[in-house]
Amino acid sequence: MKKSVYSICGMCTVRCPIRVETEDNKVTWIEGNQNLLGGALCAKGSAGPALVADKERPQQPLIRDGARGSGRWKEVSWPTAYDYITDKLQKIKSEYGPESVVLSSRGGPWQSMYKSFIHAFGSPNYTNHDNTCGRNTHHASLSINGVGRKGFVYDIKNANHLILFGRNMFSSLRIAENLQTLDMLDNGGKLTYVDVRQTITGLKSTRFLQVRPGTDYALALGMIHEIISREVYDAEFIERYVSGFDELREFVKQYTTAWAAKECGVREKAIKNFVSELKEDMPKVIFHPGWNLARYKDSFYASRAIHILNVLMGSIEQKGGLIIPKGPGDCGVKGIQNIDYSKPDIKRGDGVGWKYNHFDKGPGLAHLFFSAMESEDPYPIKAWIAMRHDPFCCMPDPRKQEKYFEKCDLLVSIDAHYSEFGWFSDVILPESTYLERDNAICVQKGPKPRFGRRQKALEPVNDTKPSWQIFKELADRLDMKDFFPFDTMEDYWKWQLEPTGFTLKDFEEKGFIPLSDKPVMYDPKELDGQFKTPSGKIEIISKKLSDAGLPSLKEYESPIRPPKGMFRLIVGRTAVHTHGHTINNPLLNELMPENSLWINVKAANKLGIKDGDLVEVASESESYAGTIPAHVVDYIHQEAVYMLHGFGREIPLQTRACHAGVSDQKLMENKLDDWDKAGGGINLAEVFVVVRPSIRNSARRVEL
Amino acid sequence: MNKYMIYLNGKRCIGCHGCEIHCKSNKNLPVGPQLCEINHSVMVKVRSVPKTEFAFRSCYHCEEPFCVPVCPTSAVVKREDGIVYIDQEKCIGCMACAGACPWTIPQLNPETKKAIKCDYCMDRVDAGLKPACVTKCTTHALKFVEMVEK
Ligand code: SF4
Ligand code: SF4
Ligand code: SF4
Ligand code: SF4
Repeated sequence: MKKSVYSICGMCTVRCPIRVETEDNKVTWIEGNQNLLGGALCAKGSAGPALVADKERPQQPLIRDGARGSGRWKEVSWPTAYDYITDKLQKIKSEYGPESVVLSSRGGPWQSMYKSFIHAFGSPNYTNHDNTCGRNTHHASLSINGVGRKGFVYDIKNANHLILFGRNMFSSLRIAENLQTLDMLDNGGKLTYVDVRQTITGLKSTRFLQVRPGTDYALALGMIHEIISREVYDAEFIERYVSGFDELREFVKQYTTAWAAKECGVREKAIKNFVSELKEDMPKVIFHPGWNLARYKDSFYASRAIHILNVLMGSIEQKGGLIIPKGPGDCGVKGIQNIDYSKPDIKRGDGVGWKYNHFDKGPGLAHLFFSAMESEDPYPIKAWIAMRHDPFCCMPDPRKQEKYFEKCDLLVSIDAHYSEFGWFSDVILPESTYLERDNAICVQKGPKPRFGRRQKALEPVNDTKPSWQIFKELADRLDMKDFFPFDTMEDYWKWQLEPTGFTLKDFEEKGFIPLSDKPVMYDPKELDGQFKTPSGKIEIISKKLSDAGLPSLKEYESPIRPPKGMFRLIVGRTAVHTHGHTINNPLLNELMPENSLWINVKAANKLGIKDGDLVEVASESESYAGTIPAHVVDYIHQEAVYMLHGFGREIPLQTRACHAGVSDQKLMENKLDDWDKAGGGINLAEVFVVVRPSIRNSARRVEL
Repeated sequence: MNKYMIYLNGKRCIGCHGCEIHCKSNKNLPVGPQLCEINHSVMVKVRSVPKTEFAFRSCYHCEEPFCVPVCPTSAVVKREDGIVYIDQEKCIGCMACAGACPWTIPQLNPETKKAIKCDYCMDRVDAGLKPACVTKCTTHALKFVEMVEK
């Protein structure tokens, strides 16, 4: 039977709207939703059906049948797997208390389900992957604007000038945002791109500033200096909404453009010309605060400086600027309802909310649970349930993490893929792929808000289940019977929509429910109440930071240079893979089976490395090393080497990905404890590696 | 005269290789054959920004295709509208077409053991749709151009 289903892509966490045609439970066509993306989809999105067909993903529940990480598994039924998990959870609960169980996820719009589960179980310890993603920028935005990094959306299409600090958006790919950026460029808009290397995004730029690694903060300070001294800022906006401007003016006096140019290794004239352009372009100027910047030790402050640059432009709630996302309420519609269990009144195991008061309490910080595992302070951590989260692939030094996780009595991985963590865990519960599962209705905020829905296009082809069902069935066995009082996702959707006045039929026409056909905008002169800081103003000086003993305006410190023979490791993304999730996808693996090491041509010459040669990349103490081809290029800073994240996997059942390429997180030896006390993120860019020509480049080969 | 062509707007292309997978996924191709490809030139500085050029290549659907006459079973056909395609029923997988094509465009499908090449997604075109690579290009950089005689 032929069917056409609107849904939401799940090959990466951008979650583009899609439409899928199927026949006899096989995908015959998949495209971006014509109503939102005009059909556009990326390579990963088109490789979704290949994921469904791939036999190298977990196809039924597995229980470990050997030592942790030995890769020996017993195939079991769902009830057996559930019994195993719930017996252990009950035991841990009675012995150590419910709080000794942690649940982590990849985040996203369906977190409330996972969060509710762990809260209903009695633990406050919900966490997600954001400590290695957007936490620094998120906390930077909170400290200044009182709203997190999702507190603004960017009206790029209508902007005159977009400034990206290391945000390689055409490789990270958010299709809707990419279309906006290309439209802006087609309309004569400008793109200033700052990075340590030239990227696909930089190729499209009108100004490319290649900086020394770790100097983004210096560049932003130099820009602020020039903007303030030439009065290229929106004085009215600042007067109305901003506190601490005078302190800022004093603070940046020392950071002249000449100084910044020297520190970053760019021409001073480039900064001056840039500011002259801003004068013409404001307020339609967007400084993207970095998805996650590159996580240097001062990235929190770099992101704060970038947020301040936006404030100076007065671009908030202006066409072509930063727009406050609107929700159902702004369109006179009541919001959907979600199951929700309030957080138990117990201290978090990661210290967020009592030891660290300046961080967002929502997901806390995943890496801070390790010290609790080690010291049992504030209490022991005895179980970890990873929901689509792969701590070994996200966080540094998986070998060290293993030592901590060994202290747990139960490790569970719920995932559609084999994850590196899953391979080490005790139980793998196979989630159905995004094409085979329903997810809850979610609100997609923005200038034109809507309700979105992932709807299964296929029935599961293996013995897998959607996550809602997994949590419901676990809850039933844990005597949390009313956790999810619905038998099907359809019943839940209906209940979710009840307050809104819409019905499921309203999804049929476009695949989503539009709540407004025109952008909803606030009056930029009436923004009081939008900035949720203690004073209600945009705060350049934050009391929360001062209370935590942290400066709001931090003196710049020059990044250290790599030790002799070493390079700073910079990692990033490509348009054809999603971190470690897709490396084993047959079609995407064919496009890019391994990563390579980008190295500057001069640095390579010194080491006798030619383009395409194999090179050995080793961690600081050389406890981990791998061999990959060198990509020798002009446009990368001499102090840096660059590689793609997600490779160097070691799961034998993923035959295509196993041992292909080098793993960045394994190179990050002893870096689990190197995190930013102000921003909360792990300092993933403060890592140095050894590079040398590989002995495998032999010119001779003798046989017999 | 050829009625159709695929045009790449290099200003919008981001080299994401989406089109290659859109094509493979539409034709349900296994690992191996690839009916279109995106390539780019070495970076050179243009007004102090390192730039590159992207190029899209599928089959040229030649006015006088070399692949058509060499086929022993007349499986390679040029249609009225210019589209050159390989009739999968007739093809015996001898790959003479690939040998005759100056760019070795036809490829072996290892699953069916027959030659395949870009056919401008003629089933879609005949149904009034656009080719897969064009419909789903990540940035709307690819255009399916219908040429009109003046
Ligand atoms: S960017 Fe690509 S993989 Fe990610 S959601 Fe969109 S189509 Fe899917
Ligand atoms: S899908 Fe479009 S943007 Fe991507 S490589 Fe192909 S032509 Fe270029
Ligand atoms: S296969 Fe080669 S010879 Fe035949 S039409 Fe295409 S480009 Fe021309
Ligand atoms: S026109 Fe169709 S067959 Fe030809 S390259 Fe594009 S998607 Fe492939």
